Amino acid sequence: MTAELVRGQNHPLPEVRLGIRVSAGTPVVAAVSLGDDRGRAHLPECVAHPGAPVLPGVEVTRQAAADHLLTVDLEAVHESVHRVSVLLVLPAGGAHPARFGAVAAPRVAVSRPDGTELAGYTVTGLDSEAAVVALEFYRRQGTWKVRAVGQGYAGGLAALLTDQGLPGAAALATAVEAAASPDATRAAPAPARPPAEDRRSARPATAPSGAGHGDAATAHGPGTARPASADAGRTTAGHGRPAHPKPPSDTGTSRPPDPDDTRGTSGSSATPSAPVPAASPAPSPPEPEASAPAPGQPPAARPRASGAGPVDCTHPSRRPAAPPAPSGQPAQPVAGDATGWSMEERLYNQVRGMFEDLARTTAAYRSAVDFADDRRDQELDQVLSDPRNRIDGAGDAARDAVRARHAELVDRAGEVFDRDLAQLAAESEVVEPALPPAYARWDYPVWHGYRVPTQTPMAVRLGDLHLPESPSLRIPLLIRLPLERGLWIDSGPSATDADSAADDAGTRRRAVDVAVAVAARLLAIHPAGEFDVHVVDPAGSAAQALVPLVQAGVLTGPPALGAAGVTEVLSRLTERVDLVQMAVRGGAPDALPAGLGASRQLLIVNGFPHGFDDRAVTRLRYLADEGPAAGVHLMLVAAREDASAYGPLLDPLWRALLRLTPLPDDHLADPWVGHAWTYEPSLVPPGSAVLHLVLSRLAKARRHGSR
Amino acid sequence: MTVNLTKGQAISLQKNDGGSLSAVRMGLGWQAAPRRGLFGSRTREIDLDASAVLFAGQQPVDVVFFRHLVSDDGSVRHTGDNLVGGAGQGGDDEAILVDLERVPVHIDRIVFTVNSFTGQTFQEVQNAFCRLVDESNGQELARYTLAGGGDYTAQIMAKVHRAGAGWTMTAIGAPANGRTFQDLMPAIQPHL
Repeated sequence: MTAELVRGQNHPLPEVRLGIRVSAGTPVVAAVSLGDDRGRAHLPECVAHPGAPVLPGVEVTRQAAADHLLTVDLEAVHESVHRVSVLLVLPAGGAHPARFGAVAAPRVAVSRPDGTELAGYTVTGLDSEAAVVALEFYRRQGTWKVRAVGQGYAGGLAALLTDQGLPGAAALATAVEAAASPDATRAAPAPARPPAEDRRSARPATAPSGAGHGDAATAHGPGTARPASADAGRTTAGHGRPAHPKPPSDTGTSRPPDPDDTRGTSGSSATPSAPVPAASPAPSPPEPEASAPAPGQPPAARPRASGAGPVDCTHPSRRPAAPPAPSGQPAQPVAGDATGWSMEERLYNQVRGMFEDLARTTAAYRSAVDFADDRRDQELDQVLSDPRNRIDGAGDAARDAVRARHAELVDRAGEVFDRDLAQLAAESEVVEPALPPAYARWDYPVWHGYRVPTQTPMAVRLGDLHLPESPSLRIPLLIRLPLERGLWIDSGPSATDADSAADDAGTRRRAVDVAVAVAARLLAIHPAGEFDVHVVDPAGSAAQALVPLVQAGVLTGPPALGAAGVTEVLSRLTERVDLVQMAVRGGAPDALPAGLGASRQLLIVNGFPHGFDDRAVTRLRYLADEGPAAGVHLMLVAAREDASAYGPLLDPLWRALLRLTPLPDDHLADPWVGHAWTYEPSLVPPGSAVLHLVLSRLAKARRHGSR
Repeated sequence: MTVNLTKGQAISLQKNDGGSLSAVRMGLGWQAAPRRGLFGSRTREIDLDASAVLFAGQQPVDVVFFRHLVSDDGSVRHTGDNLVGGAGQGGDDEAILVDLERVPVHIDRIVFTVNSFTGQTFQEVQNAFCRLVDESNGQELARYTLAGGGDYTAQIMAKVHRAGAGWTMTAIGAPANGRTFQDLMPAIQPHL
């Protein structure tokens, strides 16, 4: 049974031989440092890294990759070692994200040698950090325990190792970086690619460099390391702090803030506004007074010089997410650059902010162009009606002048619009890869590292929105959870191309696919057992599309067939709503029978109104109205004309549901200016195994949970 | 340094260092009506409203007032309706923020107006003022004292209009009568 750890949490280990699986959406370097009872690593040989991958009891992988399997044998480490820390470092280099805030949250899992997971930890809430202590193993009364640390360092590996008291931290950091071969990793693909590709292209990195640095990590003299050391120190000190507070003090790693520490670096940290983004350390000349110690200094002086950097007492969600922008230029977009208590909420607000900004900037552009058009038409009318303009070329000249004025205004509006779009596109580029599964498209790598969540997310992505002016800029359509309105997936002919008939079957099939994708997503983002899906498919027409859900065994039962099935499922859910309502009104929600707990229900109805009699239609409407408050949600896959026999009776039902179309269609309006946005559903890419993977993990977690 | 504007006076919104203004705030403040006796809720409240009308040429394109708090393009924002006024100590009770850099290219003037929604004339309102503030540094650019301003229920305050690459503000200070900005449109036209 896997324990999902949160920051600072510890967990006993039944074994000493352990595998540590690292899954990140982007290539990272994994390293392990061995510390004494105070968490100090004394020698560069205490760090296992790609350049020196094997230490007694520890083995790490030899290159930067999106997935690692490290092995640790805690029996075999030296008895003076009390702490074994697992470090993740982003490789430096052009094509790589330089901070963890720009990539999907990495996950570290500790498993038995046979692969059974013991504990997992997703390192969330990172921002400008380039290196992070993910986990640590520590001795406690003769046994080993694991703790989720998640301490990040904006100054990268050098700052991290300096904090662990390692002599020559910067030299070692440089060596690690060289060993992970920035040359090769620089050529590696962008983080949005699936991890498998990253691994493949990063592999050649190891051969030349790994051999060269085999166990000669210390061979780098102070001379080569000096610039990096000064630089790393400056970044940490100039930025003031890494962005995260220490884990709770029971870790033993956090030192009480030493007054001397702050004094020691106050000179450099007093000017935090220096526009040096912590994420991109630029080469700088060595500064002897920089806070990171030079490799030759006596150890006693070291903590004093470097200690102030990593201690951070600010609330993690109150810190500014973005470094101050150089004046006169728009700020570099940063994922999570919005208000909120958690990264998830910040991303939600940021996406909403982008949605509003795109709506408004498009409104500005449209209104400028409309005004230019109106003005041109009016002025052309005037030109025509003026008799003087009928003489020779005067009229033509006047018309040309009018058109030039029009073109000039439209061009200026277009310039401003393009500037805004470029800024939003840049923001979208950093935000999209950072989105958690609930907000991510099915083709994002974050889904491949899917774990069954322990908490219901704030919102869910139902698809993408875009405007005709900017078709490439997609805004995620995030809907708050729990769903307040039911969903209606329109399987009727779309308004845009009404040639239907031949295409009718295709649209219906696609509508069911959308329903399956949405239902699978809702299942996946809720904790196991807190979301149940019931399917009513009276005609059995969706059987094929429903196969993934049925096979994975994540439905409450097989899809209900025929009128009898409709009646049975509807009466069960209606009764549930009645009971929940009664319990809530009576103030006794605890009195509900077992099985009627807090879990939410989703009812998928395919092919409405086939198989529905009047009574069933009434029940369905009741569920649509009263269900959401009682935790029963409705998803209707239907074509409106199929229900035309009911006349206007069902209009309120349709209006009460959020309409989604299986094909891109502009039917959704934003709440600010009311543009018609083109909605495109988020489907599982054809041939992708991600749905199977996600559902099987979910099914497994459910089986474990129900035991 | 605050300029107490007189009617028709124009000030350029260039900063001293030559850069032009990027954001201005029109603030409106007044003192709440004194409470009357036991049933305080029956005090005849004074509700002044600040509005901004966005013009492209002679044509009103958008308006920001208490029913439409953000212009469609997002560049002009009203902080919200205040129905009763404040302490009369000089703080803004209503404010309109204009991000001049984001104003759409076709909009070349923005007119600020003040109306008395509840119908009291400016003679009856205590400590009413209206001011323009440079949002980047909080410096007050211009201030009007409305209180004791005569038997009027509205005033067309000022207009901010494009001049070259930057913006210029012209004080208008024309009294008018009306409940909301719609009533003022004929009075605004001559000042465009």
